[in-house]
Amino acid sequence: MGVKRGAGRLGAAMFAPALLYIVALVGVPLVLAFLYSVGDVKVGSVGYRFVGLDNFISVLQSPTFRGALLHSFLFTVGAQLIVIICANILALALVDRFRGRGLVRFFILLPWVAPISLGAIGWKWILDSIYSVINWALVQLHLVKQFEAPMWLGEPTLAMLSVIMVHAWRMLPFSTVILLAGLTAIPKDIPEAAAVDGAGFWRTHFQITIPMMTPIINVAVLFGVIFTFTDMTVVYILTRGGPYNTTQVLPSLAFFTGILGGDLAEGAAISVFLVPILVVIAWLMLRLAHRAEVV
Amino acid sequence: MAVVETKDLTKVFTPGERGAVNDVNLLTREGEFMVFLGPSGSGKTTLLRMIAGLEDPTAGEILIGGQVVTHLPPRDRGIAMVFQSYALYPHLSVYKNITFPLRAQGVPKEEHRGKVEWAAGLLGIGELLKRKPRELSGGERQRVALARAIVREPTVFLLDEPLSNLDAKLRASAREELTQFHERVGTTTIYVTHDQIEAMAMGDRIVVLHEGFVRQVGSPREVYDDPADTFVATFLGSPPMNLVDHGDVLVGFRPEHLLPRPLVEGPAVEIGVRVTGIEYLGSERIVYALIDRDRFAEQKVVAKLPATYEVGVADGEAVEFAVAERNLRFFDKTSEKRADSRALVWG
Amino acid sequence: MIGLKGARRRRLPFQIYRWTALSVFSVLLAFPFVWMAITSFKQTSDLYNLNNNPFLFNERPTLEHLKLLFEETLFPRWFLNTAFAGAMVVLITLLLAVPAAYALARLTGRWGERLGIAIFLTYLIPPTLLFIPMSRVVSELGLQDSLWSIIVVYPTFTVPFSIWLLMAFFKSIPRELEDAAMVDGLTRFQAFVKLVIPISFSGILTVVIFTFTLVTQEFVYALTFISSASNQTIGVGVPIYLVRGDVYYWGSLMAACLIASLPIAVFYNLFLDRFIAGFTVGAVK
Ligand SMILES: Nc1ncnc2c1ncn2[C@@H]1O[C@H](COP(=O)(O)OP(=O)(O)O)[C@@H](O)[C@H]1O
Ligand SMILES: [Mg+2]
Repeated sequence: MGVKRGAGRLGAAMFAPALLYIVALVGVPLVLAFLYSVGDVKVGSVGYRFVGLDNFISVLQSPTFRGALLHSFLFTVGAQLIVIICANILALALVDRFRGRGLVRFFILLPWVAPISLGAIGWKWILDSIYSVINWALVQLHLVKQFEAPMWLGEPTLAMLSVIMVHAWRMLPFSTVILLAGLTAIPKDIPEAAAVDGAGFWRTHFQITIPMMTPIINVAVLFGVIFTFTDMTVVYILTRGGPYNTTQVLPSLAFFTGILGGDLAEGAAISVFLVPILVVIAWLMLRLAHRAEVV
Repeated sequence: MAVVETKDLTKVFTPGERGAVNDVNLLTREGEFMVFLGPSGSGKTTLLRMIAGLEDPTAGEILIGGQVVTHLPPRDRGIAMVFQSYALYPHLSVYKNITFPLRAQGVPKEEHRGKVEWAAGLLGIGELLKRKPRELSGGERQRVALARAIVREPTVFLLDEPLSNLDAKLRASAREELTQFHERVGTTTIYVTHDQIEAMAMGDRIVVLHEGFVRQVGSPREVYDDPADTFVATFLGSPPMNLVDHGDVLVGFRPEHLLPRPLVEGPAVEIGVRVTGIEYLGSERIVYALIDRDRFAEQKVVAKLPATYEVGVADGEAVEFAVAERNLRFFDKTSEKRADSRALVWG
Repeated sequence: MIGLKGARRRRLPFQIYRWTALSVFSVLLAFPFVWMAITSFKQTSDLYNLNNNPFLFNERPTLEHLKLLFEETLFPRWFLNTAFAGAMVVLITLLLAVPAAYALARLTGRWGERLGIAIFLTYLIPPTLLFIPMSRVVSELGLQDSLWSIIVVYPTFTVPFSIWLLMAFFKSIPRELEDAAMVDGLTRFQAFVKLVIPISFSGILTVVIFTFTLVTQEFVYALTFISSASNQTIGVGVPIYLVRGDVYYWGSLMAACLIASLPIAVFYNLFLDRFIAGFTVGAVK
């Protein structure tokens, strides 16, 4: 038996288990998700009837759904905007070695590495309607009166702001370490050449370093967008989509409709609205990876 | 011990394109040190890897010790190989590296120590057995790789540019050591290199490869003095052989044979040249010149003058050079193969 | 990834910038955990007295909440559930991902790249797109409300990510090593088992750690598939089932969050650089 031909068979044998598993438990559900979204499946129902775009039409007519679509974009754009600005600031502050850097990094990473559901419940306590420590501080500073303190999770605008901030809190460490990896990968001689050419530190940073980091910033943003747009944990724990669905996002609405409400078809139709964004992101990522390889 | 034979061995990586190795027929001698020499990309590594069983031939056969091994895996061919990077197992100590082939082939454990001591003694690395590969210098790594290769007493040794990672000075002494080592163990050895000095110094015979074809097989003296074609003529020697266009043939002569007229004895052809540049290299002078006469005018030639010839040759000057007739080689202009010697009507 | 030997001297404005940024963000990012710690040891009456400074221990610190957590709630059970599910998922992930990553890195040639991309895209498919049909699949398998449901499903995201990480790792091992092992007497598969796996030990350890932490962090699938409190993991058990009716036992709740978060955070930190490498492959050269 020849080496290469044997190797091909061995390779197939080694890859097959993972492939079978992924086809069965990602491929099949993915296909089912699309089938459900154009069918009439309820929990416990048997059989399947094709209903075309009925589910999509029905969800599109629902104000709750249109709200959730809007909130999803708000949630994603808002959180990612905050994250990418703060991550740039933080990465630059962390790039050199200094005493205590390891400890600082540990603190800064906590929100990302701790389970998000637990972090979120911590915030729920911090933003509590009565015992919020933030409100206590605001009262002490005489910025608000004790019984007029903001209801962080009970008032639509504030609730949206809160879930955005908490999610940004969660994603900031992730983007920071990715940018940090990009920053340390820039060859030292390029900023040094700029310094020799007479550029000051900040000019070098904004005109040389940041442009050179564009690909890695793109990576951070693309992953950030995916992780934010498809997340329901923060919303579910902090507000359950409330008050009055004002913080409902697509994934949480899909959960309430499909799992708790038992309407699998309509839940699936809502989830399927995540797909276009995912496809765009995936396409952008592949382009990015392709470019990085060519250069 | 055994001989290696290849029959019409061919390897095509990309169907439709020229093969990396084409129709190679070789037969080593018992205990021979054979060198594959050729420029980078000429197919040396591919040929060696097919002999090792690491690459499947597209066509042809391989025999080791008279037995067809074309479709045997590497482990059943009784060979040992030293790789360009040495391929020492980074997580194992030197001792464990050397015993790896023994363990892989199920040699009883009691025999390990004795065999390692023998191999390590032969290569003078007895002190290094406890170290990890990363704690070794380049020269030490090369010896460990050799020890790992000989420890199970293979019938054939394959080495792929084992000296190319060493610095120039170390390389010269390692060359010498390898030659002595081969004399001691006497195993049939195939050695790949792109360095003609290595090939000339070490090889019993040299196989010159170009674009996957064997251009010539012969002793170092044969490939240098009697190149089979213009490729071999110009690939070996530094500077390469001069080739002068002469009607339907190319006339070749080595730079060290192109000498000022008074130095050449016996029947010779005279070549008047105009010097265009001179390099002083200490022990010799390299003279660049253009032929100055008749229908060969303006063809470039190079001469190598020993430093012991002290007569001045100056830039821009016209000088009378000559080549002894016995030192002329003729090549067919279209096939570029060697042609019969003939009397030259020069001018 | 930390390349600098000996910090570069920076001028004062940069020092001010750095320390301001670091202090502000450290406080903002770590504060909830500090708050969990403070809350965990406060007496309930102290917690709920609006006139008290919440940053201070106005009454004696107490271990009541911890006691309650360990003695009267399912917290220890969730801990065990999580550890068990984590171990099983790690096992499945290694069995599937290690050979597959090696096959992609070495053996499948031109197809390797395409399959690699496909695997990467699989990782981008979120649980929130799959959980509805997945709940059907889980019940078809008869696993609803069982810890085994998540053990079977979690590898859908740990396997692709691990393949991706390990593929880069295996590619960095010189092929000549395996060639040498094959000349030395092993088959290719033996070379994989006896040579590649030991050399890749740290890469495999990284995968173990990340698989385990991903299991502890997952929320959506566990919430969807498991309906009885006693079968839950920490990630869902604590925020959902520690709440009795509408009453939040903040002290115990915060203690649970802290206890579960810190060990995971410490582990994760140790292997962070490798994890990041998994995301930045291709973009950092
Ligand atoms: N695995 C491979 N796939 C495709 N082409 C290859 C492969 N290995 C070698 N080649 C090609 O075969 C030719 C000979 O390569 P090689 O044997 O490595 O030459 P050498 O060792 O003489 O430098 C080269 O053109 C090279 O690009
Ligand atoms: Mg080579």
